Amino acid sequence: MAEKNFASKRFAEKSQRVLIYIILTVVSVIWIFPFIYLIFQSFAEVANPKSIFPERWTFQNYLTLFSSTSKPFLSWWLNTFLIALATAVLQTILVLMTAYSLSRLRFSGRKALMKLILVLGMFPGFLGMLVNYYILQLLGLNTSIFSLIVVYVASSAMSYYIAKGFFDTVSKSLDEAVMIDGGSKNTVFWRIILPLSKPIIIYTVLVSFTAPWGDYMFGSFIASSSSAITPYNYTVAVGLSRITEASEYGLFCAGAVMVSIPIAALFFWLQRYYVEGIAGGAVKG
Amino acid sequence: MTTIQYLSLTKPQRILVNIGNFFKNFGKGFVNFFRGIPVKLLRLWNKVSAPFMTLIDAWKKGNWMVRVNFFVFGFYQLTHREIARGVLYLLYEIVFIWFLASTGSAYLAKLGTLGTFSTSSMYLVDPTYGVADGAFKGGDTSFTILLYSLVTFFLMIVFVVLWFFSIRDAKSLHDNIAVGRLSKNSQFFKDLVDSKYHVLLMAVPLVGLVAFTIIPIVFMIITGFTNYNGSSRSILYDWVGFDNYRILFSGFGSGGGIVSIFFKILAWTLLWALIATFTNYFLGMVIALLINKKGIKLKKLWRTVLIFTIAVPQFVSLMLINRMLSNTGFLTRIFEQFGWVATNHSPFEYKTLARVIIIIVNMWVGVPYTMLICSGILMNIPEDLYESARIDGASPFKMYTAITLPYMLFITGPYLLSQFVGNINNFNIIYLLSAGRPSFGLSSTLGYGDPGETDLLITWIYKMSMESGAEKNYAMACVLGVLVFLVIAVLSLIFYGRSNAVKNEEDFA
Repeated sequence: MAEKNFASKRFAEKSQRVLIYIILTVVSVIWIFPFIYLIFQSFAEVANPKSIFPERWTFQNYLTLFSSTSKPFLSWWLNTFLIALATAVLQTILVLMTAYSLSRLRFSGRKALMKLILVLGMFPGFLGMLVNYYILQLLGLNTSIFSLIVVYVASSAMSYYIAKGFFDTVSKSLDEAVMIDGGSKNTVFWRIILPLSKPIIIYTVLVSFTAPWGDYMFGSFIASSSSAITPYNYTVAVGLSRITEASEYGLFCAGAVMVSIPIAALFFWLQRYYVEGIAGGAVKG
Repeated sequence: MTTIQYLSLTKPQRILVNIGNFFKNFGKGFVNFFRGIPVKLLRLWNKVSAPFMTLIDAWKKGNWMVRVNFFVFGFYQLTHREIARGVLYLLYEIVFIWFLASTGSAYLAKLGTLGTFSTSSMYLVDPTYGVADGAFKGGDTSFTILLYSLVTFFLMIVFVVLWFFSIRDAKSLHDNIAVGRLSKNSQFFKDLVDSKYHVLLMAVPLVGLVAFTIIPIVFMIITGFTNYNGSSRSILYDWVGFDNYRILFSGFGSGGGIVSIFFKILAWTLLWALIATFTNYFLGMVIALLINKKGIKLKKLWRTVLIFTIAVPQFVSLMLINRMLSNTGFLTRIFEQFGWVATNHSPFEYKTLARVIIIIVNMWVGVPYTMLICSGILMNIPEDLYESARIDGASPFKMYTAITLPYMLFITGPYLLSQFVGNINNFNIIYLLSAGRPSFGLSSTLGYGDPGETDLLITWIYKMSMESGAEKNYAMACVLGVLVFLVIAVLSLIFYGRSNAVKNEEDFA
């Protein structure tokens, strides 16, 4: 009797496990499907939304992408890469500085500042785009696509939250030990906090590096507002949205693949830190 | 109600009691929020009056050099071996006065009328005037006047604050010298990396925040009181007071006018934010539970597949899905087979279908994030909780509702709130998928854009203010922006306060 019970229990567990595998497989297929579709479409001679598989396969889209002078994808890619690189470096520095101040230093107005930043994040941002553009013009920066760096970096203080949550968890007794030895808060920041913050530094770099690749709104706003910005100065996001406006879907898909591959590779390489950052930041309220 | 009384109730009664309590507590949060206002005002008054006391004190008790400091910033510091600080104070005073004299005052003077002499009228006289690559030549432009005035105003605030600091600083130096404590210039630099380290660290981020976030937001709020239409930056416009607000709410009660559309969109925005937040949350949690279940292999693979959607730029995947849902897209063809969509029509022409599609696609976009967050937390739930539940003979479902779910809700409260706010402002998904369709059929000549059933307030604002080729109404968009902000701010301050209260009670388990 007992044996039979045991056997049926094992059977139940096994079937449950099979069920879970089936569900996970279905889920994975659903989530990965659009990218399979994207890759297939990029090889299609005639972009056709009706079917998943192309009727005839071709490399033409990729060849056009890298040879076209009206749609110089390579220079878009390089522009975006440079913007993303500069943004990642500068933004990470500023985010860490802000987060350290708000986490470790005690000054009047600290809590008010944190609340203010929370509140500022609730305004619909793009209404300010017009003004941002004008401020860039005041600074004489509106004629270059690289002014995007200024715009991205200027909002660094808004994303202090996750790094602050991380710094809060670093033990304060380390700080005190440095202070007793006569070190300043500057020493604490450089010698104690930063060396311990590898995961959060990588997380911040990753997030700020990938954001410019997907931002088409401000990019296209700047690109369309200034005649000094030619197609050669576009970022990939601006360029790809121009391609879709021209309904060249095969080209769009090929471009999207070329954008997605490096970003995705970077993500998989640094996946562990991303997961740590996003999970840690959400937990500490 | 005591615990015994509660336990003696039947299940359905308990649920009713719980629901009642939820609303009672919600009401309490509301009441407490407003009841706290007088106390906060009193504290505010104390804070506001303190600086004036300091100033009066400095004038009365300070010597003549402290008093000179009221007019020449940093005078006392400069004459008392605090060169670095003194120079910085004085430098700002000079720069500000120079700016005010050369640029600021001219614009401030025009602030009342927002300009009288338009660039286009200049253009008629002489075609070399006008707009060349966004640079204005000749004539007044209200946009510039408003912006420069705003910048001047911000610099003026800094001026007043520094004026106060320089006097307070002089007074404390004065007091220190009176008891024989002399200061050194080098102390300033030492403080900058130690006790005043925040000044050094926060300076650049804060300047960026003010210039590219705060000034634009204040500008936007102010523009809500003008009749700016957003067509060009080189035109003249006027102050209209609360007219935009009046126009927006003029049809209130009669069920007509723009206000009916506003409330329709507001209702859908809130409904959407609620559904989108919770569907993502629960599906993400379920998938995380499945992946993390003991005995399931290839955990890393399943997770990696989902992370892929995060790695690919969102606008790429959304445009792609949009294409599958175009009139001839293959998903549309599947809908046709079910008879949900007529041949050669877009699924976004049907209100309910469009809304369901958007919610499902949003799950596709958002679930991986929730899954990652939940996996992290799930692994932290103490295993002994489950152990003891298992010994007591609890079913897996019971363990989920009694352990997993409360634990998760407890820890991820702030995350849920930020998701809710994020969904109210979730521009990309609506704009790139349905673009607000099906449309209400509002005439485009009114300047309110072409809002539709799936538009959120944020996308409506975009249509009103930014969309090229359409009649625009930037001022009204700003009014809507302010209203969106008010809705979110009130909701989140209440929930935020409450979730903090919960957190402070005791640690879980």
